[in-house]
Amino acid sequence: MDRFRMIFQYFQSNSESVMNGICGLLALASVKIYTSFDFNCPCLPKYNTAYGMGIMFVPPIALFLCGLIVNRQSVVMLEEWKRPTGGRKKDLAIIRYMCSSIIQRAMVAPIVWIIVALLDGKCFICAFSGSIDPEKFAGFANLTQMQTQLLLSKVPCKEDELMRNNTSRKAVSRYLRCWSQALGWSILLLLIVVAFLARWLRPCFNQAAFVQTRYWSNYIDMEQKIFEETCCEHARDFANKCILHFFESMRTEIKLRRFNMPRREEEGEGEADHLQGITDQEQVNKLLKTWYSGKPPLDVSQTTPRQPSGKERACTSAPWGDTVNNRWAAAQKANVSRQTDV
Amino acid sequence: MDKFRMIFQFLQSNQESFMNGICGIMALASAQMYAAFDFNCPCLPHYNLAYGLGILFVPPLVLFLLGFVMNNNVSMLAEEWKRPTGMRQKDPAVLRYMFCSMAQRAMIAPAVWISVTLLDGKCILCAFSTSVPVEKLGNLSYTGLSEKEMKRILARIPCKEIYDGQQLIPSEVAIRYLRCISQALGWCFVLLMTMLAFLVRSLRPCFTQAAFLKSKYWSHYIDIERKLFDETCTEHAKSFAKVCIQQFFEAMNKDMGMGHPHLPEKTPSEAGEEKEKLLGITDQGTMNKLLKSWHKCKPPLCLHQELFQNRNGWAGESQPLGPVSLPKREIIAYYSRV
Repeated sequence: MDRFRMIFQYFQSNSESVMNGICGLLALASVKIYTSFDFNCPCLPKYNTAYGMGIMFVPPIALFLCGLIVNRQSVVMLEEWKRPTGGRKKDLAIIRYMCSSIIQRAMVAPIVWIIVALLDGKCFICAFSGSIDPEKFAGFANLTQMQTQLLLSKVPCKEDELMRNNTSRKAVSRYLRCWSQALGWSILLLLIVVAFLARWLRPCFNQAAFVQTRYWSNYIDMEQKIFEETCCEHARDFANKCILHFFESMRTEIKLRRFNMPRREEEGEGEADHLQGITDQEQVNKLLKTWYSGKPPLDVSQTTPRQPSGKERACTSAPWGDTVNNRWAAAQKANVSRQTDV
Repeated sequence: MDKFRMIFQFLQSNQESFMNGICGIMALASAQMYAAFDFNCPCLPHYNLAYGLGILFVPPLVLFLLGFVMNNNVSMLAEEWKRPTGMRQKDPAVLRYMFCSMAQRAMIAPAVWISVTLLDGKCILCAFSTSVPVEKLGNLSYTGLSEKEMKRILARIPCKEIYDGQQLIPSEVAIRYLRCISQALGWCFVLLMTMLAFLVRSLRPCFTQAAFLKSKYWSHYIDIERKLFDETCTEHAKSFAKVCIQQFFEAMNKDMGMGHPHLPEKTPSEAGEEKEKLLGITDQGTMNKLLKSWHKCKPPLCLHQELFQNRNGWAGESQPLGPVSLPKREIIAYYSRV
């Protein structure tokens, strides 16, 4: 149990490495799926292109969506985007940063699929065998247009009786495969150059703001995780106390002779108490609703808790990127401005 | 668990040793990729050369750039290059050292690819099959073939199943010839690379060893400092979040007007501990200022206490201190106090 907790804590401490790991796993899964997929070109004039292009582009879209789904950060980003402003202003730079990091990770598996498909060549041959110029290859002379088209569309199928041991088929196949591999390597080179330039030129633009954005996006992630943990602990204690109270109330109704309930009153109060005063359903509901509709401002310097009354909360909307100390001082005086809460 | 953590920490502690590991993995991956790649010579006169040389040179370029991309030091180098001078001067020797060490590591995987390709021979066979000396190896007077026709036939040498020029020149002869040349080139390349590496390593200490040691130290220092800063920020964010949430719960408690009579005694000390970890940075504005100052004006490389007391917090843009002759001055000041 301890080991599990340590592993869990390790992963929690650095969610970027978790995301990178998942991204790598998806890329490997993509290669594995491609190799185990039984490619089956229809070898008919109009169907070839549709099938070839379909296999080239539809699975990448599915993998991209998978990559978005599996990434926890996409939910965090959407929450941050859609939440009401409350006590904390929203900073678009943070949302943009999170969005771009999510999309970069999600794009790896689809790109791996496309490149592997191009380097393998089957999709390309299937899709474009009907579009090549038959003049280049001996073996297609003295045939009508229709017959040429038919023969060309049968090129991807080695086992077809028309095409078996046909040297022109092999020549066409090699030609298309060569183009497919050249295209695959070119795309790979282009992407790597783009990645390299992006990494190299990043610090040249607005590095100070970037460091801030990275810190706060990390903070949002962590805050959400810790809030969930706190709620879990609260729920556990709540359930614990609820059940204890139930047993005690049963005990008072039934005679001691019949049920030997151990005396648990003293232990109950001596245990660690995570309830923090939130002790019934409406209170919990209110807390969760307030967490969503009005997140607290980013200022933990006060020693006494803030004092909102009833439904109104004292909100000083301190924005994310503000660096002036006046705001900090204003937050100390919590009751200055009021804002009706929804 | 402990062992795993120790290994992980060891690898992380030194970016260089981590990069050595990555570099080895990439070299293996490069050999594996070549083996898995289905080489497919087009066997057409002008396409052969383009394809063969493309496969010989484009993947090494990709691997080289990939070696740079995977190296975290790239962004560190760019950051160090581009940061404002602030209180800490920039040393071009350190930047040069970082760049050289990155480039050396990134060159290994491409060199492996090129060696494996040349030793295998398919690329050279494909690229130069039309340039085989037919007069020496074959039967040039076979038929009065035009230049173009001969090239077309020769281009098919790599594709055994469609080769139709056995009388002109037997394919095995041409293949053996080209492969022999390719392997000779391959071994020469391997020898050259190894000689270069040996020379660089053994002649290094003959030139400016003292400056080299200095650059190495400060480059490691910058790397470790950056990592520790990121770690500290993460820890700070965690503590900040915990305290923020705790205060939120307390505020809700007060808000609902039904204060629990027995707020646990543990919480104040726990909360106190967490607040300690915040190191006094307790709100958003101060944190932003801190992060901005870290970029704009890194602190000077001097841990003497007096210097810290003289500064007001993180101010620094308007106080550029002198270069690293400070330590000497500090020692003198210390003694004179005594």
